[in-house]
Amino acid sequence: MHRVATNARHLLTGLALGVLAFPAQAAWTLNMTQGVTSTAQEAYDLHMLVFWICTIVGIGVFGSMIYAIVVFRKSKGAVPATFSHNTNAEIIWTVIPTLILFYLGYVTAPALIRIDDTRNSEMTLKITGYQWKWQYEYVGQDYSFFSTLAASSNAARQLGSDIAPASVENYLRDVDKPLVVPVGVKIRYLLTANDVLHAWWVPAFSVKRDAIPGYVNEGWFKVDKAGVYRGQCAELCGKDHGFMPIVVRAVPRAEFDAWLAAQKSPSPAVAVASAAVAAN
Amino acid sequence: MSTQNHDQVHDHPGHSHEEHHGPAKGLTRWLFTTNHKDIGTLYLLFALVMLFVGGAMAMVIRLELFQPGLQFVNPDFYNQMTTMHALIMIFGMIMPAFVGFANWMIPLMIGAPDMALPRLNNWSFWILPFAVGILLSTLFMDGGGPAGGWTLYPPLSLQAGNGFPFTIFAIHLLGMSSILGSINIIVTIMNMRAPGMSLLKMPLFVWTWLITAYLLIAAMPVLAGGVTMLLTDQFFGTTFFQAAGGGDPVLFQHIFWFFGHPEVYIIILPAFGIVSQIIPTFSRKPLFGYAAMVYATASIGFLSFIVWAHHMFTVGMPLAGEMFFMLSTMLIAIPTAVKVFNWTATMWRGSLTFETPMLFALAFLFLFTIGGFSGLMLAIAPADFQYHDTYFVVAHFHYVLVPGALFGAIAGAYFWLPKWTGHRYDEPLGKIHFWLSAISVNVTFFPQHFLGLAGMPRRIPDYATQFADWNMVSSIGAFGFGLSQVLFAFIVFKTIRGGAKATAEVWDQAEGLEWTVPSPAPYHTFDEAPVVK
Ligand code: HEM
Ligand SMILES: [Cu+2]
Ligand SMILES: [Cu+2]
Repeated sequence: MHRVATNARHLLTGLALGVLAFPAQAAWTLNMTQGVTSTAQEAYDLHMLVFWICTIVGIGVFGSMIYAIVVFRKSKGAVPATFSHNTNAEIIWTVIPTLILFYLGYVTAPALIRIDDTRNSEMTLKITGYQWKWQYEYVGQDYSFFSTLAASSNAARQLGSDIAPASVENYLRDVDKPLVVPVGVKIRYLLTANDVLHAWWVPAFSVKRDAIPGYVNEGWFKVDKAGVYRGQCAELCGKDHGFMPIVVRAVPRAEFDAWLAAQKSPSPAVAVASAAVAAN
Repeated sequence: MSTQNHDQVHDHPGHSHEEHHGPAKGLTRWLFTTNHKDIGTLYLLFALVMLFVGGAMAMVIRLELFQPGLQFVNPDFYNQMTTMHALIMIFGMIMPAFVGFANWMIPLMIGAPDMALPRLNNWSFWILPFAVGILLSTLFMDGGGPAGGWTLYPPLSLQAGNGFPFTIFAIHLLGMSSILGSINIIVTIMNMRAPGMSLLKMPLFVWTWLITAYLLIAAMPVLAGGVTMLLTDQFFGTTFFQAAGGGDPVLFQHIFWFFGHPEVYIIILPAFGIVSQIIPTFSRKPLFGYAAMVYATASIGFLSFIVWAHHMFTVGMPLAGEMFFMLSTMLIAIPTAVKVFNWTATMWRGSLTFETPMLFALAFLFLFTIGGFSGLMLAIAPADFQYHDTYFVVAHFHYVLVPGALFGAIAGAYFWLPKWTGHRYDEPLGKIHFWLSAISVNVTFFPQHFLGLAGMPRRIPDYATQFADWNMVSSIGAFGFGLSQVLFAFIVFKTIRGGAKATAEVWDQAEGLEWTVPSPAPYHTFDEAPVVK
């Protein structure tokens, strides 16, 4: 009984807040990110290409449907024709989509080949999915750590918590310890999982790969711009699937090297330096 | 063409044909019936009930997603809801609905007195309530219902409670019901057509069901095999899908989608068939490109078996595999496009009216096409790395399933209700139902494209605040859509109970054998086969 009442109250306040917050949040995002890797740019370009092809075909198809609906109405005295096929028309509208698809295949195939090409990478990162956290290992550097949902989000996301998600910074998209990578370096990643399937996804990199127990998947990314990039697990992995975010800090090479060195030798002085790096 | 009411012809005193009595009275009529019309009715009503059971689960989902934060359910129950919603809607609602249409209409359309295997027919229906009952009962077992997604991917699906073997058993039963129904449909179509009804004279609905039935017979056993392997992995020490024992979790995905992609066409082809009956009727013009439609359906049927791994672009297939499945998936857009063009050409220079069945068929035409477009986008593997497992995919499949398959079924229900009940449905109410549904379905699902593109994964009970706005819009649309379907149920029951009398033809110059028998269609029809010229 109490539960229902609280829920109803939550809903009402939510409704009110939601309506008020509409202009404030202004997050009516419509489109895919262009991202900060060549792969993300390629995904975006292909996405826009097919989108425009669909739009143009759609204008033709929906246009003819609407024309037919408006013009060939019985109420306007339309008398039905009796034709039931037209070989030329049928050939044309089979061939045109076929040509469009050949074109699409032709432009997409090279992108797929580039995405698959992990050669010439400069460093290797091993990512392991767990229920419900990520482990990052800098291969050959003998350093690894776990990354889990930030405590502030974790507190707010509990059923019936009284903490409003809007009051938590980066709600559900923040971790205790982000992954740090160097900018401008081709990074090969190895991906696996320890228990069930997960998928590591950072939209700005257009990296989405399944982490599968018993498999080591590989891929690569090269971040072009320093910054903090957020993503989350993209393969249902149990009750806390929605709560294992990914945060990547991409920093200049030198900063990255300093950070990594600091992590590996936790002497006080270096730890302070690394804390300073992490803070800015 | 023979149009007599055979009940009247035969029901004079002293005639000896025992099977020509009317329906039995009471509950036993429905339990023991072997009459295709009774069984069709049972299937359809069952599907209507399941629409609300699955719909209630969708309402729970949209309520929780109304705003960020967890307000109503815990994440585990949320996962049970998404899993159950999909299983109920697919196996309990839309597939039975179309089998109901097949039962009612195929014999009437091909001039057969009944289905070829009437007892089997009774059995295939009566398996269903038990199967769905078992499935639903898992919600009340220790550990709850299945929560690993309708795709049942191991190892997660094996982290289940006591309900797990019951879920598997229910899926077996549901599959068995579908296979038996399909055998019946194939045998009926192959053997019981009226003289002169050659294959290429069959109404398109019969064609689409013939191909669907073959797809079912080929695909369902594969699913049965896959889930049986899950069962033995769980209880009998095998490790088909467990890496630790030398098994392969990805193998299950291949098995599942080898069933799963044909399955999505199993769901849509009968809707193609229904729409192909409705558009010509209300355009007062024959279906454009009948032969092309048949061939397009057949090639979709074939292609649907060689595209399955487009659901698995992110599992890390070899490049050649990705390339093959990307290109084959793009190919399937061609026959799909041909169908859309042919429906449009059917309306071209017709004489259109817009009764409720036509309105739903037109919404199907527009909105299914949108789902086809997003399907084409998803086929582009490098872009699918961004779309996969996001709300963009959720938007895609709901466009093809709700204003696609479900609107096809609703259109068919309005189209044939007068034939089934002998009454005309309430046309103004039907139109209100149409506009409410058509608007709310778009409010619900269109914003989900934006959510997916903005980066919201599917199957999450709570989300980052940047997704709040469109989620709220989508939830409002969903509540509207749910309420609108209550109106549909009301209209259906109102029509069953009474209404203006329908003529045999029902619709202006409607073509086809089903319109030659009186409305309501007598309990027994075509005891003497009509002759088709
Ligand atoms: C032009 C035709 C179509 C194409 C090219 C197409 C393509 C695709 C692709 C590539 C995916 C996988 C997306 C991903 O997970 O990343 C997908 C998902 C899906 N499609 Fe389609 N599709 C088409 C038509 C249909 C139809 C007609 C239906 C059913 C009526 C359908 C139902 C689904 C479903 C249910 C899923 C998601 C399954 C899941 O992951 O739970 N699609 N489609
Ligand atoms: Cu996950
Ligand atoms: Cu598919």
